[in-house]
Amino acid sequence: MNDEFFRMTGIVKRYHMGDEWQTVLRGIDLTVVEGDFLSVLGPSGSGKTTLMNIIGCLDTPSEGEYVLKGRVISKQDAKQLAAIRNKEIGFVFQSFQLLPRMDAIRNVELPLIYSGMGEKERWRNAEEMLVRVGLQDKLHHHPNQLSGGQQQRVAIARAMVTNPSILLADEPTGALDQTTGKQVMELFGEINSEGHTIIMITHDLSIAQHARRIVHILDGELMEGEETHA
Amino acid sequence: MLKKKFGLWKESLRMSVANIWDSKMRSFLTVLGIVIGVTAIIALITIMQSATSAVTEEFTAMGTGRLVVNAGGTALKTGLSAEDLESIRTLPYVQGVSPSVGNTATVKSADAWVEDVTIDGYNEVYFQRNQNLVARGRAISPLDVQSRNHVALLDAAAQKSLFYGKDPLGQTIHINGYAYLIIGTLSDADSSDVMTQAQGSSSDSGRVIIPYTSALTLAGRRNITSLSVYVSDTAYTDQVQTSLKGVLDAAFNYKDDSYKIINMESLLNTMDTMLSMMTMLLVGIASIALLVGGIGIMNMMLVTVSERTAEIGLRKALGAEPGQIQLQFLIESIILSISGGLIGIVLGLGISYIFSVIANLSFAISGMAIVLGVGFSAAVGIGFGWAPARKASALNPIDALRSI
Repeated sequence: MNDEFFRMTGIVKRYHMGDEWQTVLRGIDLTVVEGDFLSVLGPSGSGKTTLMNIIGCLDTPSEGEYVLKGRVISKQDAKQLAAIRNKEIGFVFQSFQLLPRMDAIRNVELPLIYSGMGEKERWRNAEEMLVRVGLQDKLHHHPNQLSGGQQQRVAIARAMVTNPSILLADEPTGALDQTTGKQVMELFGEINSEGHTIIMITHDLSIAQHARRIVHILDGELMEGEETHA
Repeated sequence: MLKKKFGLWKESLRMSVANIWDSKMRSFLTVLGIVIGVTAIIALITIMQSATSAVTEEFTAMGTGRLVVNAGGTALKTGLSAEDLESIRTLPYVQGVSPSVGNTATVKSADAWVEDVTIDGYNEVYFQRNQNLVARGRAISPLDVQSRNHVALLDAAAQKSLFYGKDPLGQTIHINGYAYLIIGTLSDADSSDVMTQAQGSSSDSGRVIIPYTSALTLAGRRNITSLSVYVSDTAYTDQVQTSLKGVLDAAFNYKDDSYKIINMESLLNTMDTMLSMMTMLLVGIASIALLVGGIGIMNMMLVTVSERTAEIGLRKALGAEPGQIQLQFLIESIILSISGGLIGIVLGLGISYIFSVIANLSFAISGMAIVLGVGFSAAVGIGFGWAPARKASALNPIDALRSI
């Protein structure tokens, strides 16, 4: 029913470790349709972060083909990749990765600076986004004045402010307590219900279950998982 | 596109200022090298410029468009005769000729007796050229020269030693036994003549000016060995010099080394060239400080880049192009070095102002010095910020993100 968002075929990633080559991903095939909410579940060292980096166009595969929205990623140069990350992908990290010197609204407007939006428009969008994640009274708070959950919501606002096609989250609840983690997952659910594709990487099954679909990753190989009831 | 660039510049500027401000002490120590370098360059240029203009002024006061002739002559003809002088005076573009006859003699007044007084013989042209020379009384007239009148003007030292407490005007002195009527006194303006000072003709015992014709008689000579030729239009100085050479060659039978012509203008040019070479040399030395300062900035920027690896990674993940990252760090190093440069300009101008007050020189803010100061420091910022900025832009985003 939905259009194909990206397709990975035979993705292999090797790293040079000293004298040896270490293979982190061993032939990943993965297709994600638009509007999907996918969890990649796996223990640490399974290669899930590497997979996320490749999906997020932060890293390039050693072998295999990755086509995102009709574009072959291995054929894009650094500038084109930057534009794809800016417009198509929103990142949410485990440790939030907010810039400590900037207040919430400045953190959120950051991607819009790189997409070249005018200042007034940036501020309006950033403010709107912060209101949407429920931080309307924290616009000018700095990260160290916010709780972990609030910081992660700022990070989500930042990821969503460019209205990207896909939200990529790496252990988004890893640094949060259960209640706040749950709130973040509810927010993800909302975002997904608005039609945004979400890929979430986690080692926590209870978190993974918030997704519509779970794939397991182990030793660099994917095992197609189950549809969840979410 | 333009708007996009502008937004990025603005954001980079804001970030840079915030980062520099966050580490004030480190930033200050980093720019110290630039501050010292620029201070040195600005102070040197400004001081050298006011020194140069002081020297130039002095030389100009002495007279551009003036040719000084030293005509020692030959064994047969020691110096120039009256006829030679006349033929020089009538050369085209010659406004006037001022011979000078130097001598020392014993001078007596009614009350005193002074040895080794400088007796200078000049004509009316000398007084026309040195307008403020006569303090009281009158100058030497053409008639005095023509009829070898025994008239004299005294400087302050001679007045003091010969007529202490009395008015010398109208009095008589005896120079080597000849009576001279005092027709005027000399002002101190005379001492501004560098050449006179250099020739050492002003002695402690005082100075007396008499008509040069009288001075020749006094010295027992017939010929003139030293004179100044004044050019009516400085554009023709070279031409006058050429025709002057012709007259002198004819007068001394084309003998080598029989005379020397000093062109004040060429002397001035030589002086200018020497001073500007000196300035360049000093600025070159001061630039070493700037180089060291630049290395300091490079070092700090490299540290900054590695400290902010995670931030760089994040910015890349959010869609920053490598060029945009490079721009941000380049702007930071340029701001750093230009602020050092501005501090240096202020300090340099302050130092040269103090110097000009102490050395009694004129003080002028040199536009070139400021342009150089800003230009140099910006160039250092770009030059030494390039490599660290490049390094930042080339960071692999995942490595950068992982470095938390």
